[in-house]
Amino acid sequence: MNSVTETNVRPQTETNGNRLYFSPRVDVLETGDALVFLADVPGAKPDQADVQFHNGELVIHCRCDQAEPRDYAQHAFDTGDYYRAFTINENVDPDHISAELKNGVLTVRVPKAEEAKPRKITVKSE
Amino acid sequence: MMTLRWRTNPFEALEHGVNRLLGDFNGRTTSPELAAAYPQVNIWEDEQNLYAEAELPGMQLDKIDVFVTENNQITIQGERQPEQMEGTWLRRERGYGKFGRAIELPYDVQADKVEARYEHGVLRLKLPKAEHVKPRRITVKSE
Repeated sequence: MNSVTETNVRPQTETNGNRLYFSPRVDVLETGDALVFLADVPGAKPDQADVQFHNGELVIHCRCDQAEPRDYAQHAFDTGDYYRAFTINENVDPDHISAELKNGVLTVRVPKAEEAKPRKITVKSE
Repeated sequence: MMTLRWRTNPFEALEHGVNRLLGDFNGRTTSPELAAAYPQVNIWEDEQNLYAEAELPGMQLDKIDVFVTENNQITIQGERQPEQMEGTWLRRERGYGKFGRAIELPYDVQADKVEARYEHGVLRLKLPKAEHVKPRRITVKSE
């Protein structure tokens, strides 16, 4: 069974307006004691990043300042909000989820619950 | 009028494979005929300056190089390091490795006055236009 699956939900915001949403690229790493989510969210500032965990679902939502009207010579990309949601099918410890945003990379560390960590069994011999 | 249509493109499988390999770092869809360039760059202007911005998340400053050549071309190149973490990757979508891009600017700029900042994963450049490029106001006299 997959520990982490993606949830296809539309973002629910109070005032949607004409905001553009992007799905950021995310790597997911499973270590011995945690699940680590690494999302590329260039342009997001730490006070605009929103990470929530509820009912087994981890939701990443970053608001980004929209660009002022510009006289573009070359317009390759737009700035928009980032939104992505994942369902975690493992026992985790929600009280100790931590998140850090640095250089446009959001790292969310979701520690596994005690009973989910691999437990080494000592094998005794006669 | 007879139209000639190719029913099968013998290179389709190869093109599809190559496009997938050279796929867009940022997950945005681009025209399938072109290999996506990284990073994507916006360029805009006002009267005094050209501005450029490029999304480059997760970079260390000493691994980004920006050059201005011939006063009208910028080169952005560097290398993104993979994460140094131990574990099992359940999902791997982000790219890493070397990248490079040269872009021609619409005007000449003053290369020695170019400013570059890297903030929140975005590289921002401010390129003052060369004097001969700035519009010069002509005073209209009358009798």
